[in-house]
Amino acid sequence: MRAVLIVGLLLAGCATKTAAPPKSASAKPASPKWNADPFPSTYKAYPGVPTLIRNVTIYDGEGGRIENGTVLFADGKIKSVGGAMADSDVPAGASVIDGTGKWVTPGIIDIHSHLGDYPSPQVQANSDGNEATGPVRAEVWAEHSVWPQDPGFSRALANGGVTSLQILPGSANLFGGRSVVLKNVYARTMQGMKFPGAPYGLKMACGENPKRVYGSRGQMPSTRMGNIAVDRQTWAKAVEYKKKLDKASSGASDITRDIAMDTLAGVIAGDILVQNHCYRADEMAIVIDMAKEFGYKVSTFHHAVESYKIADLLKANGICSAMWSDWWGFKMESYDAINENIPLVHNAGACAIVHSDDANGIQRLNQEAAKALADGRRIGIKIADEVAWTWLSYNPAKAMGIADKTGSLKPGKMADVVLWNGNPFSVYTRPERVWIDGAMMYDANDPKRRPVSDFELGQTGEGDVK
Amino acid sequence: MRALPTSTVHPEPVGGLSLFARWSGTKDRTSTSSARTVLGLAFALIAAPATAQTIAITGGMVAIGDGSAPAQGTVVIRDGRVTAAGPSVAVPTGATVIDATGKWVTTGIVAGFSRLGLVGVDAVDETNDTGGAKSVFSASIDVATAINPRVPAIAVSRAAGVTRALVAPDGGGTMFVGEGAVIDTGNDADAITKARAFQFVEFGETGAGRAGGSRAASQAFFRNALDEARDYARNPGGYDGRSKDSILMRRDVAALVPVMQGKLPIFIHVESGADIMQMLALKRDYPALKLVLVGVAEGWTVAGQIAAAGVPVIASALNDLPASFEQLAATQSNIGRMKAAGVQVAIGMIDDDDARQAQHSTQYAGNLVALTRVPGATGLSWADAFAAITSKPAEIAGLGDEIGSLRPGRRADVVIWSGDPLELATGVEKVWIDGVAQDLTTRQTRLRDRYLKAGEGALPKAYER
Repeated sequence: MRAVLIVGLLLAGCATKTAAPPKSASAKPASPKWNADPFPSTYKAYPGVPTLIRNVTIYDGEGGRIENGTVLFADGKIKSVGGAMADSDVPAGASVIDGTGKWVTPGIIDIHSHLGDYPSPQVQANSDGNEATGPVRAEVWAEHSVWPQDPGFSRALANGGVTSLQILPGSANLFGGRSVVLKNVYARTMQGMKFPGAPYGLKMACGENPKRVYGSRGQMPSTRMGNIAVDRQTWAKAVEYKKKLDKASSGASDITRDIAMDTLAGVIAGDILVQNHCYRADEMAIVIDMAKEFGYKVSTFHHAVESYKIADLLKANGICSAMWSDWWGFKMESYDAINENIPLVHNAGACAIVHSDDANGIQRLNQEAAKALADGRRIGIKIADEVAWTWLSYNPAKAMGIADKTGSLKPGKMADVVLWNGNPFSVYTRPERVWIDGAMMYDANDPKRRPVSDFELGQTGEGDVK
Repeated sequence: MRALPTSTVHPEPVGGLSLFARWSGTKDRTSTSSARTVLGLAFALIAAPATAQTIAITGGMVAIGDGSAPAQGTVVIRDGRVTAAGPSVAVPTGATVIDATGKWVTTGIVAGFSRLGLVGVDAVDETNDTGGAKSVFSASIDVATAINPRVPAIAVSRAAGVTRALVAPDGGGTMFVGEGAVIDTGNDADAITKARAFQFVEFGETGAGRAGGSRAASQAFFRNALDEARDYARNPGGYDGRSKDSILMRRDVAALVPVMQGKLPIFIHVESGADIMQMLALKRDYPALKLVLVGVAEGWTVAGQIAAAGVPVIASALNDLPASFEQLAATQSNIGRMKAAGVQVAIGMIDDDDARQAQHSTQYAGNLVALTRVPGATGLSWADAFAAITSKPAEIAGLGDEIGSLRPGRRADVVIWSGDPLELATGVEKVWIDGVAQDLTTRQTRLRDRYLKAGEGALPKAYER
C-alpha cells in the first residue's frame, strides 16, 4: 500500500501535466490554422440502468478493499462505493444484484494491444500494425489501421473483463506512430470506439527490432548505436520544429506543416505520452537520458523484461513498466526475463503494469497478475491482492493519462465495472458481467449480451461462448 | 496460428512466439555450429538411473492423473518407479518419509505437444532446431537428435512441474515434418524417453501450402507417399529414392514404412471441421494408420464423428479466436465438448510458445475447469482436466504404461505442489523424475536472487552469486 502511494505521488506530476484539461482526443499543440482533432471521438455511452451490487468483495483499483461491500452506479458514473447498505438506502428503481461470493473490480485496462491493427484472422490483407517502410514513421496514427470488426475485442471483453485499451503501432520502427485509446465497445467506426478525451501516445522502440528490420535492408539503423543516433537526430529536428510551431502559433511567423513533427512536438509539449518498447535495462537507461537531453518524458517502458535490474532508476524517474508475468526467451533481449519482474518493480516503489501485447493474453490479464503476485510472495514480497489490482487498472490508466476518468471505483468516474464469479486471481474465475460507462455490455447469463462482430456473423461459431 | 507474411514485422510476438520466430527467418541457418550431439538415436525407453531408496510421501492430496478424483493419501516410490499411490497406502518399513500435509502430490505434467528442448532462444537462429525447411529430407528428420537437455526451457519447465514432453519438429520443407520424440526434463545429459515416437504431418492450410498450394494437392502428396512406402516395404532395393520418379528420398520413405504399417503413430495437424472429416476419410482408406489429430480447433463441430472413428486428439486448450480461416469456430469449449462426445483428448500447445512455455499447461487445464461455471460453456472436471495434461498425452503417445500417472509400475515422476496444481498461486516444491530428486534452480531464479536488492553492493552485481 505504501509503495502504491509513493508511486501515485511520483506520477502525479506527470498526470497533471499530461492529462490536464479534458481536451478532446487529440491534444495537440494548438495552432490557429490546423484542426487539432481531425478524427474526433463519436463514442457515446450506451443506456444503462441504476445498478447496485451488494454483499460483494470490492477492489477499488487504487489499493482499497471492502468486504461485504456495495457499489452503486447510475448515469454512467460511479455513485458510491462502501460497506453494507441498508435496504432503505437502496435507490428506487435500481437493479439490485446480490454479489455474495463474487468480486467487483474496475474494468481491466490494457496499455499494450494491437487489436484492430493486427486483427483476427491473421491475414496479410488485414495486417496493418507496422508501417515498416522507414525507421521514423511518427506521422502514422494507429487509429487509421483499427478494424472495428476485430473479433478479438469481444474475447477481451467477455473473458478478460477489459473495458479500455490502448492500440499501439508495432515495434519495427524507432518511431512507430501515434497510439489510440479505445473503449472496448464495438462500433461501426473507429471513431465510435475512441475514448473521449484520452491523450494520444507515441510508440517508440528500442533494441533488436528496428536495427534488424532496417539493418537487413542495408539501411540505418543496423545497430543499437544506430538506433539512438537516428532517435537523437529526429528529436533534434523535433525541438527545432517545436520552436517554429510555437512562433507560428503566436502568429509571429509561418510554418510548413509536417505531420510527423506535429506528433513529436506534441510529445515535447507534454500532450502526447511516450510508450516505449524496450527490453533491456541498459537501453532503458540510455533512453531516460535521451529524453532528458531533448526535454520529453517517457510514460512507460513496454515489455521491460529487465526493469527489475533498474527498478530504482525507474522509480527515481517516475516511469512505469508494462510487463508480462512470465514471457521469456523468445529473442535475445528477452533472455533475462524473470517471473518476479512485476513484484520486484512494485516492491521498489516503481509503477508496475500488467500488459498483454497479445489477442489471447488480453483475455487473462487478471491471471497474469495472479501469477506474478504469487511469484513475488514466494520470495517474501507481500503485496495484498487489492493492491496488485493497481497493475491492471489504475496504473495503466495513469500511464495513459485517463486516470481522472477511469481505472478505479471512485464516485464520479466512469462506471467501467466487472463483476467476477469468484476471486479474480483464481484460475477458476471468469467475468459474469461487464459494464462500460454504466451500460451492461456483457452478461454471461444472457447470450444477447454477447457481442458478435460483423466478421463472425453467418459463420460457424457465431454467437457461441468463446 | 499461421505464419505472418514475410513482409510484415510483427509487433512483439503477437499471437505466439513461434510465429515470431518463423517471421524472423529462423530457417535461414547461417551456421552449422549448433549442437548436433547425437543423443540416444536408437535409445527407446532406456532405463533411467534408479535409486535403491524407498520414499513415502504422506499426508498430501494425491492426484494420480488417471482421471480419478484427488484424495488425501500416500505415494510410495522405489527404484525409480511408483509402487503405490492413494488413500489407503501403507508406508513401507524403512522408507524415507516426506510429510506433505497441506500440499498436493501428483504425477508430473506431460506437455502434450511441444518443441521443448529444440530451442535456446527462438529468434537466435543458431539455437533454434525446430525447423528444417531447407533440408532435402522430411519424414526421416528425427527430432531426438536435436534435443538439448541443457537449454533453459528444460529447466524452467522442470521447475514448473513438467516432467515429460511430447516433442515434434516444426519442419517447413514438406508436409511430412519428421519424427517426434518423448523426453524427460531431468537435470542430466540424456533427455530421451522414446525416440521416433510418432511421425508428424501438416495438413490444413500449412500442409496445403507445403504440398503445392491446395488441400487436394496435400491429399495427393500424402497418399502417394504412403504408396511409395508400400512399394519400398515390398522391395527396398528396387526403390530409387534419388530418381525423379520418386518424390521421397530413400530415408524418408523408409521412415514412413512403420507409419503405413500402423506401427508408429502419425500425428496430423489440422484445425477445421472440413479438414478433420478428410482425415477421418483418410483413416477409412488406410485403416492401419494409427492416427492422432493435433490442434483441432473446430473439433467440436464434428466431435461425434471423431469419437466414432476412435481417433485421439491433442488440442489447443484456450484458442478461441478465428486466428485463421481454418479456426473460425474456435472456442475454449472445444475440448470439453469433444470429451463429452467421447473423444480421447489431451491438451497440447501447438504453435503456442511450444518451445518454452510448457509451464502454462496447468493454467490452461485450470481454465477448462473454469468453464464449468460459465453458462453455455463446456469445460472439464478437475480430474479430467488434470488427466488431459498427464495420462492422456502419455496414452496417446503409447506410453501410458510408463508415464503420465501414479499408477503402480509407472516411472516415478512425482511433484509436490504448495496447493492445487491448477491454481495460479500454487508453486512447485519438489520434483522427482524417474525417482531422482531434481534441482529446481534455473537461470531465472539465479537472476532473481542476484537482483533481489536493487543497486550495486561493495562490488558490482557481476560478483554476486
